Amino acid sequence: MYKHTVGHTVYKFNSLADLMAKATPLRSGDQLAGIAARSYQERVAAQMALAELPLSVFLEEHLIPYNQDEITRLIIDTHDKANFKTISHLTIGDFRNFLLDNTTTKEVLTSLQKAITPEMAAAVCKIMSIQDLILVSAKCEVITSFRTTIGLEGRLATRLQPNHPTDDVKGILASVVDGIFNGSGDAVIGINPATDNVANQIQLLQVLEDVRTRYEIPTQICVLSHITNTILAIEQGAPVDLVFQSIGGTEKTNSSFGINLSMLKEGKEAAVSLNRGTVGNNVMYFETGQGSSLSANAHHNIDQQTLEARAYAVARAFDPLLVNTVVGFIGPEYLYDSKQIIRAGLEDHFCGKLMGLPMGCDVCYTNHAEADQDDMDVLMTLLSTAGCNFIMGIPGADDIMLNYQSTSFHDALYIRQLLGLRPAPEFEEWLIKSGIMNKNLQLTQLDLSNKLLNIVS
Amino acid sequence: MKKDPWYNLKQYTNARIAIGHSGASLPTSELLKFRMAHSLAKDAIYSEIDTPQLTADLLNSSIKSVVVKSNAFERKDYLLRPDKGRLLDQESINKLQFAVKEPVDLCIIIADGLSANAVNTHSVKLINYLLPLLKDWTLSPLILAKQGRVALSDSIGQILKAQISLLLIGERPGLSSPDSMGAYITYQPQQGNTDEKRNCVSNIQSDGLSYEVAALKIAYLLQQMRTKQISGVLLKDDYDNNIFQIDGKKY
Repeated sequence: MYKHTVGHTVYKFNSLADLMAKATPLRSGDQLAGIAARSYQERVAAQMALAELPLSVFLEEHLIPYNQDEITRLIIDTHDKANFKTISHLTIGDFRNFLLDNTTTKEVLTSLQKAITPEMAAAVCKIMSIQDLILVSAKCEVITSFRTTIGLEGRLATRLQPNHPTDDVKGILASVVDGIFNGSGDAVIGINPATDNVANQIQLLQVLEDVRTRYEIPTQICVLSHITNTILAIEQGAPVDLVFQSIGGTEKTNSSFGINLSMLKEGKEAAVSLNRGTVGNNVMYFETGQGSSLSANAHHNIDQQTLEARAYAVARAFDPLLVNTVVGFIGPEYLYDSKQIIRAGLEDHFCGKLMGLPMGCDVCYTNHAEADQDDMDVLMTLLSTAGCNFIMGIPGADDIMLNYQSTSFHDALYIRQLLGLRPAPEFEEWLIKSGIMNKNLQLTQLDLSNKLLNIVS
Repeated sequence: MKKDPWYNLKQYTNARIAIGHSGASLPTSELLKFRMAHSLAKDAIYSEIDTPQLTADLLNSSIKSVVVKSNAFERKDYLLRPDKGRLLDQESINKLQFAVKEPVDLCIIIADGLSANAVNTHSVKLINYLLPLLKDWTLSPLILAKQGRVALSDSIGQILKAQISLLLIGERPGLSSPDSMGAYITYQPQQGNTDEKRNCVSNIQSDGLSYEVAALKIAYLLQQMRTKQISGVLLKDDYDNNIFQIDGKKY
């Protein structure tokens, strides 16, 4: 039982999970689950109570019991106790002050990555303002690599997402060409297939592999299928760079996705054994998003932001190249409007970075959420100032297969120009060599004899 | 403004490729084109099912209808609380219980879903193609439902003692398809059914599946369900590989 008194009102919270849920900024998903604060005052009272708790409370009181959930076991068993000593005396309120302190440098934050459990990250996140989230995220550095190096200071990568409603090869390649000529694709060229089966996955992988090798494009390719399909594709000799999987923050959520930790391990080992990376061998690509556990009826009455942070504990056990929070895809019953989507995107990026993950964000919304492209401009701009590793690149921001709106190739050009951000170094060099960008990283007037124009034929 | 040199690739995809630049950004025409597409999708979300017009159009085809409402009292409530859109309000339950007589083979429901525009435009036209294919079926009065989600068809079908429910509902609008309608068919509709028990014919719209083909597909699925007494994932949707017969006529 946790309590906080405001004037004559005593607010009581009957568990740590309840306190966390009441302290979290307003989310329609937490209201749908019936666990959100019932008043504005109750929310801040919960934040005040939370701020007074020691960080170590999360090592003693597990939000989901240790014997019931393999993610709780993963979190507790891999906790970096040695480095935790630096911060073990802090309350959650103190921890916020510590993170913002000028002496808490990039190096300090790097040393603490595995000493911070997802619940600690989620708790401090709940009491931080948006500018706090941006400032601390910007201090974190997480660099990963495969054929490109992602996460370096002053760089912003993009996933080129060339989806097509019927997986038509020419349709997909047309979008690949459009993306490449706009300087996009250094995080990955990744297709969400309309049909998720192994044969289709292998065919699409071969199409991308052919383009990649023929034009010597330094990037990685991916067809975002279920991990069991990707393992089969590897067994059948398909050119698999990255193993993709959607993950959640409870064992039950992952069961609903048809996965568990040992399957993720198997997938990673299969891809690592192919040894296809050139500058590194981070082979996993994970996607997450607040609300997935409630959607799978697997939330244990824990708020969606905390569960999202727990998904990052899953991700970091497998040294991913990319972790992408698909923030606005889930719909208004979880994130109602742009206010909720924008804050959720910054929270996810902050928690992931603090825990040592290469965070990117699918800055996106569906048409039944109260949001539009202006709101995506805001979130993309804020995330880029926070040092986000990558965003999506989709023709005109309009995904014609998944029927939602994200960020466009043009958006990436805008934000790179505004903030002086550059593509991944290997990709940047190739863009200049191929005559797509000049040395000032502006698009050139493409030479009509450029052999890249023949990709589709 | 100069066209992008890869402009000819537009023939291969409806994606917004080769749309040019102003500096690094979108040209004005493309910015406004996108906004127009989004505005249609937003308007579709907030459009309302036109029950007087639909009732009149159905009567023209000699079909009686009853108007009901879900537990979601307005659009924001509907968007925030999917559970409410799956249940009827008490007044509607009473109304249907009063209307129900004998068990029927099929109840047809038209619900707004996420695009009332879609059903306002397409539902009656589809029904006019479908009913001639269902001559040996007994039907309940047609139900027009406000603020309805897919699972509302379970609540309605159960009260009407229908063996199968067919729901026509507005799909979530995309930028290129603000008025697309879907058809969900469930054998033994009852509360608590999950989506695995349903078969779906989607993308019924002017640039998608035609009324005629959609009606044939739906009639085929209905026939299969009645014969095999199953629906959903258990029922293989092999319409495309089969001919089937209605009234001795082959399709």
